[in-house]
Amino acid sequence: MGIRRGYRARPLELLAEWFIFGVSFSAMVLVFLIFVFVTREALPVVFGQVNNAVRQPVIPVEQMDNLPHGQLGKYLGLDARQLAQMDRETLKELMAVRVEAAQKVPDDKDSGINTLAWRQMFLPHQWTGYERPSYIWQPVSDIPKFNIIPLLVGSLKTTLVALMLAVPLALAASLYVSQLASNRLREWLKPAVELLAGIPSVVAGFFALIVMASFLKSVFGYESRLNAFVAGVALALAVVPVVFSIAEDALTGVPRSYTQAALALGSTRWQAAWKVVLPAALPGVFAAVILGFGRAVGETMIVLMASGNASIMSWSLFDSTRTVTATVAAELAETVFGGNHYRVLFLIGALLLVATFITNLAGELIIHRLKKRLEGLA
Amino acid sequence: MSNPVFNPIPPRRLDPVSLCFTGLTGLATVLILAILGVILANIVYHGGANFSWGFFTGGTAQDMFDVGKSGVLPMIAGTAARVILMSLFVIPAGVITAVYLTEYARSSSLHTRIIRGAVNNLAGVPSIVFGLFGLGFFINFLGQRLDAWLLPGAAEPVWGKPAILWASLTLAVMTLPVVIVATEESLRAIPQGLREASLALGATKLQTVWRIVLPQALPGILTGGILAISRAAGEVAPILFTGAAYYMARLPQSLTDQFMDLGYHVFILSTQSPNIDKTRPILYATVMVLLLLTFALNLVAILIRARIRTRMRAAH
Repeated sequence: MGIRRGYRARPLELLAEWFIFGVSFSAMVLVFLIFVFVTREALPVVFGQVNNAVRQPVIPVEQMDNLPHGQLGKYLGLDARQLAQMDRETLKELMAVRVEAAQKVPDDKDSGINTLAWRQMFLPHQWTGYERPSYIWQPVSDIPKFNIIPLLVGSLKTTLVALMLAVPLALAASLYVSQLASNRLREWLKPAVELLAGIPSVVAGFFALIVMASFLKSVFGYESRLNAFVAGVALALAVVPVVFSIAEDALTGVPRSYTQAALALGSTRWQAAWKVVLPAALPGVFAAVILGFGRAVGETMIVLMASGNASIMSWSLFDSTRTVTATVAAELAETVFGGNHYRVLFLIGALLLVATFITNLAGELIIHRLKKRLEGLA
Repeated sequence: MSNPVFNPIPPRRLDPVSLCFTGLTGLATVLILAILGVILANIVYHGGANFSWGFFTGGTAQDMFDVGKSGVLPMIAGTAARVILMSLFVIPAGVITAVYLTEYARSSSLHTRIIRGAVNNLAGVPSIVFGLFGLGFFINFLGQRLDAWLLPGAAEPVWGKPAILWASLTLAVMTLPVVIVATEESLRAIPQGLREASLALGATKLQTVWRIVLPQALPGILTGGILAISRAAGEVAPILFTGAAYYMARLPQSLTDQFMDLGYHVFILSTQSPNIDKTRPILYATVMVLLLLTFALNLVAILIRARIRTRMRAAH
């Protein structure tokens, strides 16, 4: 949009321009930093560089001098500076401790398993004492288990419930507000519906937990008070305004002449809206649903408060459930900085980031193409 | 052969199917508003009953979960402080980026396209991921390096721990797109003729932007700022690990202090209370304070925006 004209020699002008460019450039860099810093903490797990099996290979104390340089530190979990500070005797003792500790580890097959391997995080495993291979998320136990599948299923369940409720409601409302309501009514309805977006998610979570959970339980009569269904219903509160706003924008973006032509040919307002405007805006409506999905997957506080937070593998909507986002929120504060649990939670965050990145990109692309098409036709 | 009179206007037909569906979509709209109404009514009914002078001026020193003994002042102070601090970062950065995008950059350049894409994507990133970013970047990277550089040998970390500064910066990153998009929208609504007139009179580009364009765009910038503040005021996930405290005996005194927060307090009261029946009154009252804050901000923003849109329509 800017107008370009030749500069006279004005140092202030040039300086200001550099400054403005610098700020906008750092805004861009910041976005990339998010990618960098969320994935950075997860990298050792991604590349399989950590092995957290309880039973580790043991090196006898006598072989200490034969170890190649650097391997001793790695074996004892010391960095170069710590290693340099210790004398021979201390190191020997540390090695003896390792040998002793290894003798205490039960010699079953479970203790030899690296639960941070990709297979362990995504595939079921036959643990001793379980009937069949299972997906287990138990980050705090003798053998920490980091299978992400139960959490993914939890997120999927709550998201689906939310979308099933929110999408029909929001789309119907957007059709009414943009096409069927009178202009005066419209001026009121649109901001009123968008006010729903102003409810903080922690308030929606509070409402689900304190008011809705008991009410829904008495209506449907299921067992556990907090479950994927309750969380999904509450999540719908957050999804409705997203889907509504974007769909309403897309529907309003369809040129007036479309409706006018349909009305002139004798159709009713509804027929014009349903058969002419909606098909023309369909990609935008689809994008609204995609972006609503992204919002539902990423929402944290509502599911943290209303889903019950039991990380069990179950497809039932009425079982207590834990989602991906709630896991990060609930567990990160208790992890050790740089520990395995900490890294796995960052890995989950990175997965979340990639998933929402893809949904956003898809949504934006669809809306962009729709706008171009409608502008070309108008 | 009689020649029937051709009637160009068909008789107005009442189509039952159309009526039915118009009614249904209308019903959906009403339903959404009704849900909103029920939530607000419930909170106002139960929350308003527990408002008292002591509630607003009291701290949580005695018993956090018991009404009558506990107040909300530290949370209001904490939330206000983190939100004000955040706007100091995000409004200048967002406005300058938007000015660059609309006034200086060529709209087709790679840099512009990347910034636009980045901003759009930033808007969709889940809030909990911002929390992870805040912990990974501000606290564990920046904070720890600041500690090593400014206070080598200190026993306790000063910068490398959750603090109000880091929480505000995390929220600033999160709300950056809100400010950029709102500012851009209002900059675009300004007629090009104004800029041309200013330049034709010999003003430089910077003078045009500073004296002509920005004052015109002020309401839009204000809206963006208010929207960002109202979004940030209600967010809890990004501050869970970057600065919010479960309990603090005093108000935050410096940038490196932790703080108590309204939204986080709602979360604590709802989930950690030993006796929810006893806690419920204070919980409702706290929710109502939070809601009043965010809704008032939202309402102002919506009103300003509606006025800008009307003016923009009139201008074109």
